[in-house]
Amino acid sequence: MDHFPTNWGNPRSEDVDNYNTYPVASHIGKAPHSVTQIAGFGHAAGHPSTHTQQPVVTGTSVLGLKFKGGVIMAADNLASYGSLARFRDVERLHKVADFTVLGASGDMSDYQYVKHLLDTQMIREYNADDGNTLETPNIYEYLWRVMYNRRSKMNPLWNTFVLGGISQGKSFLGAIDLKGTPYQAPSIATGFGSHLAQPILRKELETRGGEENITEEDAVKILKDCMKVLFYRDARSMNKFQLAKITEQGVTISEPLSVETEWAFAEKIRGYGA
Amino acid sequence: MTSRLPQAKGGFNFDNHVRNSAMDGKGLVLPKATKTGTTIVGLIYKDGIVLGADTRATAGPIVADKNCEKIHYLAPNMYCCGAGTAADTEMTTALISSQLELHRLSTGRQARVVTAMTLLKQMLFKYQGQIGAALILGGVDVNGPHLYTIYPHGSTDKLPYVTMGSGSLAAMSVFESRFVADMEREEAITLVKDAIEAGIFNDLGSGSNVDVVVITSENVEVLRNYARPNERGVKEASYKYRPGTTRVLKSSIRDLVTKETIQPTSLEAMDTS
Repeated sequence: MDHFPTNWGNPRSEDVDNYNTYPVASHIGKAPHSVTQIAGFGHAAGHPSTHTQQPVVTGTSVLGLKFKGGVIMAADNLASYGSLARFRDVERLHKVADFTVLGASGDMSDYQYVKHLLDTQMIREYNADDGNTLETPNIYEYLWRVMYNRRSKMNPLWNTFVLGGISQGKSFLGAIDLKGTPYQAPSIATGFGSHLAQPILRKELETRGGEENITEEDAVKILKDCMKVLFYRDARSMNKFQLAKITEQGVTISEPLSVETEWAFAEKIRGYGA
Repeated sequence: MTSRLPQAKGGFNFDNHVRNSAMDGKGLVLPKATKTGTTIVGLIYKDGIVLGADTRATAGPIVADKNCEKIHYLAPNMYCCGAGTAADTEMTTALISSQLELHRLSTGRQARVVTAMTLLKQMLFKYQGQIGAALILGGVDVNGPHLYTIYPHGSTDKLPYVTMGSGSLAAMSVFESRFVADMEREEAITLVKDAIEAGIFNDLGSGSNVDVVVITSENVEVLRNYARPNERGVKEASYKYRPGTTRVLKSSIRDLVTKETIQPTSLEAMDTS
């Protein structure tokens, strides 16, 4: 029953038929306009059900860079609730296996679900006890299939994941987005990082002639520089981040650190020209 | 009684706006304006201003002009980089340049950068953002070097280093990493070139070459195509057809130029009375 008197007395709307059991042709192209409609309260077969959501609590960019002897990743400790800096101690870099780190940007609840999925996979692998362990490229393939499958069901995990690791002496760095697009490269940056940090990372790789000519120290300096630029220009970032380093020796996720920033650059300027 | 007289209407005429949005709702496809995609930058260094721009103009996904000029002349001491709709940036800067010249002749003085900025922002605000011109205005006047950004809706910023256009984030990442106050000329030009190149190689709306303009209190240097990082490679083979590839069966040559000879009939002068 429609409880709003203002809606009474109008001619019956063709595209809403609450007693219909067939799909009504006129619904094509019209998206559902409310959560309750999606959830199915009072909706009949006339509407397609969709799950495609929007991210709620989100993390911003994750960066990754290959260097001589391993991979280094960076992500800040902020989970935003729209424009509110809601959770300021979130670890968006997660150690998955002895030589693999997962970085997550996008919806944080989907990230927590994926962490649970990966933990389950690692436990299964451990229980199988057959001498094999899941290496970084294997975890990457598993994650890619999960993401693509969800996208194909029109119910994506709203994240861009970065997976970095080392297996059999070879370093690995790749990203998978919410549509299930996998992308491997010597430098990875998600979100705003793809616009602000990727040019810097690519330029460094070009001038030095490849990841084999970047030392661990260099890589740390480059990523810190990128995190500084991101803090300056990404309005949903924070000056508190962690670095994850994966080498033959294993995974080290640093304590939260911050970069020096300069805000007095326009001290002598007054006004905006009026 | 005076209210019955037709009132002079100033500003932009929005009468068609309702019609346009109704047609848009019905699925009308509007023609795509040529945009400049673009990476434009400006910075203040020790002796003045350095402006930089890429040279690609796009019409949707197509490159309309591979080597256009995005740094426009405003006054002998002022240049303006333009991003957004190409026609708008071109005509707006030309109009204000002309207004500035008249102003200069009227006052008898060198134009001030803030004057150009005010003329530009007042015009763009009047048109409520319908003129898609996003500008970086730089120049040196009696009060020193000045650098402004002007947005299509008419807001302005006064800053020591700025970037605009689709490649602005790539260029800004370079500036935020390496900008310092009071740089030397060579350092400043290199930084501007690197910022534009970051836009050229990481943004699809920007490409081709780097234009640079250096403005000081003494003079202006227009360095058109300062860097050309995208020159076409030399073709490995010659693809010209050898004469005789197509057999000539018959040839006939006709002279299309008529030959005239003029013979004077009398020696009298022309009568021009």
